[in-house]
Amino acid sequence: MTEARTLAPPERRLAEVLESRRVGAYTLITAADAGGPADPRPGQFYMLATGAQWGGGSTERPYLPRAFSFARARPRPGGGADLDFLLEDVGPGTHRLGLLGAGEPLALVGPLGAGFGPAAGDRQPVLVGGGIGTAPLLCLHDELIEVGAAPTVILGFRSGAHAEAVALFEREVTLSTDDGSAGRPGLVTEPLRERLEGGPPATVYACGPPPMLEAVRALCAEQAVPAQLALESGMACGFGACFGCVVPTREGYIRVCVDGPVVEGARLRSALVAGGGDQG
Amino acid sequence: MSPESPALGPRGADRSVALCGVPLRGPVLNGSGTFDAIAARRAFGDALLERFPFDLFVSKTITLEPREGNPPPRLWETPAGLLNSIGLPNKGLEGFLATDLPQLAELPVPLCVSVMGFTRDELAELVERVDARDEVSLIELNVSCPNVETGLIMGADPDETARAVERLRRLCTKPLVVKLTPNAVAPGAVAAAAEGAGADAVSLVNTLKGMALHPRTRQPWLGGGSGGLSGPAIRAVALEQVAAVAGSVSIPVIGMGGIASGGDAAEFMAAGAAVIAVGTESFRDPAAGRRIGDELAGLADHGSGKHRTEGRAPAPDRGQGSGAHADPPS
Ligand SMILES: Cc1cc2nc3c(=O)[nH]c(=O)nc-3n(C[C@H](O)[C@H](O)[C@H](O)COP(=O)(O)OP(=O)(O)OC[C@H]3O[C@@H](n4cnc5c(N)ncnc54)[C@H](O)[C@@H]3O)c2cc1C
Ligand SMILES: Cc1cc2nc3c(=O)[nH]c(=O)nc-3n(C[C@H](O)[C@H](O)[C@H](O)COP(=O)(O)O)c2cc1C
Ligand code: FES
Repeated sequence: MTEARTLAPPERRLAEVLESRRVGAYTLITAADAGGPADPRPGQFYMLATGAQWGGGSTERPYLPRAFSFARARPRPGGGADLDFLLEDVGPGTHRLGLLGAGEPLALVGPLGAGFGPAAGDRQPVLVGGGIGTAPLLCLHDELIEVGAAPTVILGFRSGAHAEAVALFEREVTLSTDDGSAGRPGLVTEPLRERLEGGPPATVYACGPPPMLEAVRALCAEQAVPAQLALESGMACGFGACFGCVVPTREGYIRVCVDGPVVEGARLRSALVAGGGDQG
Repeated sequence: MSPESPALGPRGADRSVALCGVPLRGPVLNGSGTFDAIAARRAFGDALLERFPFDLFVSKTITLEPREGNPPPRLWETPAGLLNSIGLPNKGLEGFLATDLPQLAELPVPLCVSVMGFTRDELAELVERVDARDEVSLIELNVSCPNVETGLIMGADPDETARAVERLRRLCTKPLVVKLTPNAVAPGAVAAAAEGAGADAVSLVNTLKGMALHPRTRQPWLGGGSGGLSGPAIRAVALEQVAAVAGSVSIPVIGMGGIASGGDAAEFMAAGAAVIAVGTESFRDPAAGRRIGDELAGLADHGSGKHRTEGRAPAPDRGQGSGAHADPPS
């Protein structure tokens, strides 16, 4: 895969939060990043922290910045981009970011990592997302529509409240939820298998929790379908400095932050990587 | 490689210092293993070289044989700190010399290579081969590992440290820095032993031993079992050890441990550090080294700076005899 990487300025900078709103169970933050590039690659991510009151408080965390895929980027007239981030509150960092309001500073470094590469040959793009893993698929979906590629979008969520994120997509989405409260009950791999077995040759782009990614990886390997998987791992730096975010591949450990987060499924023995899990 | 002409500070102040005779444009180093300039260049491009955050670059510790490092998870966030069990992944001496060193030589600052050996023969080979390379200005000895022949942590024992340094001193034409572990009973005594054996400088602190348990299973969280703590959480411990060591030796002391601002850096210098290093703070901001250097220069312009790169400062009066390191009452 040729590297899908837009370079980042080599320092942390402040963006201004323009809006923060609820999308079902998630929070969508829009921030004006005048100092960064206008064209991050889908699948790239930013390390985020609040500009004030990051740390301290009852838990003394967060201390390090947190990694977030950008969900959408719109070039700003004066340079830079308006960036959308979709957040799920799972701990002190995501909670603090969710409290940001318009006009407040958002500290960021990015865009970082290697994003999704172009589809191989005339294969049709199939986007598969689970939960908050939907975020990096939004900009990829926009980009594919722009070049006339008609992506298939298959999303799975825990519940109907989480599934409200579907409204952010322009194209029709095949939806499933674990509890059957929206779309069809069950896992995304069922509609994915139907599509891969019944449709034209595909390239799969996937992001989601490790068990889902592993199911997608195994299915694509079985069907000999190329898969680009956006991985997650606990990170400290996001730019290759700490060697903390490694996951095992067939060629040994790779750093998710510089060698990923998007990797070809064929490089992995399993996407059930031991790189993280919430700290709790 | 010759260092750039000294950089001028915000008010045109000359920040240049010499460390063991190596001219530096300023007093800010990186802690070994906390900045991978080659990976950072992939993320930031050549802008990284134009605005390089450090005045001397220290490589990640290399070993004779390649190492994969510890199984993940390798990171755990603590209150104002980071616990890591990275396990020294590196390409090994041959891989480093062939692949990494030529790229590190493109950095706009002098280079220090950090080495670790598990026997004295291994260390000797590492030091001889690295010493032969013109791109390298200094060599740092990471002694936070066991000598597999004696079972002793090299840097935890003054005699063990002295024996290692004595032999290496004869093999090495470049300034030799000994990086001390804070997990020793008496870092001041280890530092004095290193100086006696011919070390040209000492650096401290390395990470403090620590551990974290999985919140649900209560099993060790880190793949390596235990880990090393860094960041502001260890700053007070590091400051005390820097003061103790600076009181025990007359060679320059490279101070580090939780430095996050120019004010922190000024404290380490007041405690006797000749130059300082930034580690974990770079994870929060890749340009932290440059910011801290600017803040420090701003403070120095106001007359509170105090540098000691070649000589001895008076030992701090610690009420326990000069240079002694005593554990706090528990
Ligand atoms: C490349 C990438 C892109 C991401 N994109 C998004 C996104 O668009 N939206 C979103 O809501 N979240 C995203 N995440 C997950 C997000 O970074 C975590 O949810 C967040 O770090 C949790 O921090 P916390 O303080 O809220 O919770 P805590 O769980 O308390 O986090 C503390 C620490 O736990 C570890 N940790 C937390 N979550 C994970 C994880 N998933 N994997 C491994 N280690 C973990 C980290 O070391 C973290 O610093 C992404 C993660 C990565 C690596
Ligand atoms: C992720 C990580 C990796 C490290 N790797 C090394 C290493 O390879 N060699 C070494 O001598 N010190 C290593 N250290 C220790 C640092 O160089 C430094 O001594 C320590 O982190 C204290 O400084 P800080 O609090 O500013 O980070 C590492 C520290 C961290 C956090
Ligand atoms: S997060 Fe530090 S190396 Fe990947």
